[in-house]
Amino acid sequence: MRILVNGAWRETGRNELAGALEELGYGGAVVSTAVNGEFIAAAQRARTELAEGDRIEVVAPMQGG
Amino acid sequence: MLQLYQMTLRSRLLLGTARYPSPAVLADAVRAARAEIVTVSLRRESAGERAGQAFWSLVRELGVRVLPNTAGCHTVKEAVTTAHMAREVFGTSCVKLEVIGEDDTLQPDVFGLVEAARTLCAEGFEVFPYTTEDLVVAERLLAAGCRVLMPWGAPIGSGRGLNNLFGLTALRAHFPDVPLIIDAGLGVPSHAARALELGFDAVLINTAVAQARDPVQMAGAFAQAVEAGLAARQAGPIEPRDLASPSTPLIGTAFRG
Repeated sequence: MRILVNGAWRETGRNELAGALEELGYGGAVVSTAVNGEFIAAAQRARTELAEGDRIEVVAPMQGG
Repeated sequence: MLQLYQMTLRSRLLLGTARYPSPAVLADAVRAARAEIVTVSLRRESAGERAGQAFWSLVRELGVRVLPNTAGCHTVKEAVTTAHMAREVFGTSCVKLEVIGEDDTLQPDVFGLVEAARTLCAEGFEVFPYTTEDLVVAERLLAAGCRVLMPWGAPIGSGRGLNNLFGLTALRAHFPDVPLIIDAGLGVPSHAARALELGFDAVLINTAVAQARDPVQMAGAFAQAVEAGLAARQAGPIEPRDLASPSTPLIGTAFRG
């Protein structure tokens, strides 16, 4: 299915967030996630099911003021 | 010592981590500033580049506390969700809460700010709200559960210093026991010294250091300035007066009388 990851359409064969992140190359990275604007904790990713068109945010530490 | 929620700090200078010429210069500037808290942020991570991972490693090696911000958020929902993501990634409940209301000045949306602060404080966050010098907003933020306020000196990155001296002085006088950190808009060390002289507890600097020709030297200059300002405040400055007052005693002056 197609999901919107950080503003770009991506194809994934996985239907849960943890699997999709792994498939997209985020395995092992220190990131935090939100699905359709709702925060999804790392512990919830394995049981967070995705649907066609879901908006995924994957963020990581960055410089800030 | 400065108490900010659970943190007891010696340094009165908080340093932002953005816009430095290189990671090495950032690291040297943090050391030169003798900062104990640096601000950080969250951005979209590319699976290929993983830029955030390298930055996070650098910050951890510095051995300082981090204060994540919600920079770039324009709604309560964005700010609250970003705070949750920051708490997970950075492992801290502290959040520098920004809800931007106007793009030219980056002025906070104080209505959204109060609402987001109320939500986050109720969820156990230690909220550092980026606000204006408005007394009523400050009162509402404290009522929402904030124990620290971060009023702006001037628009972010402007380097203009303490724009509304009267308003900031009134804020300080109105809340004598609340830690107040001047956040944003300071350009040179004298601005920081002035803030401490006026009784503000600390300053947060980013652009003025990061964009200086020599950020490391400027970081050291700001460190000296906040120390001087604090010492002056503690020493009890004299009140300004309109007329001269001779500093040399007049008694016994030759040729008089």
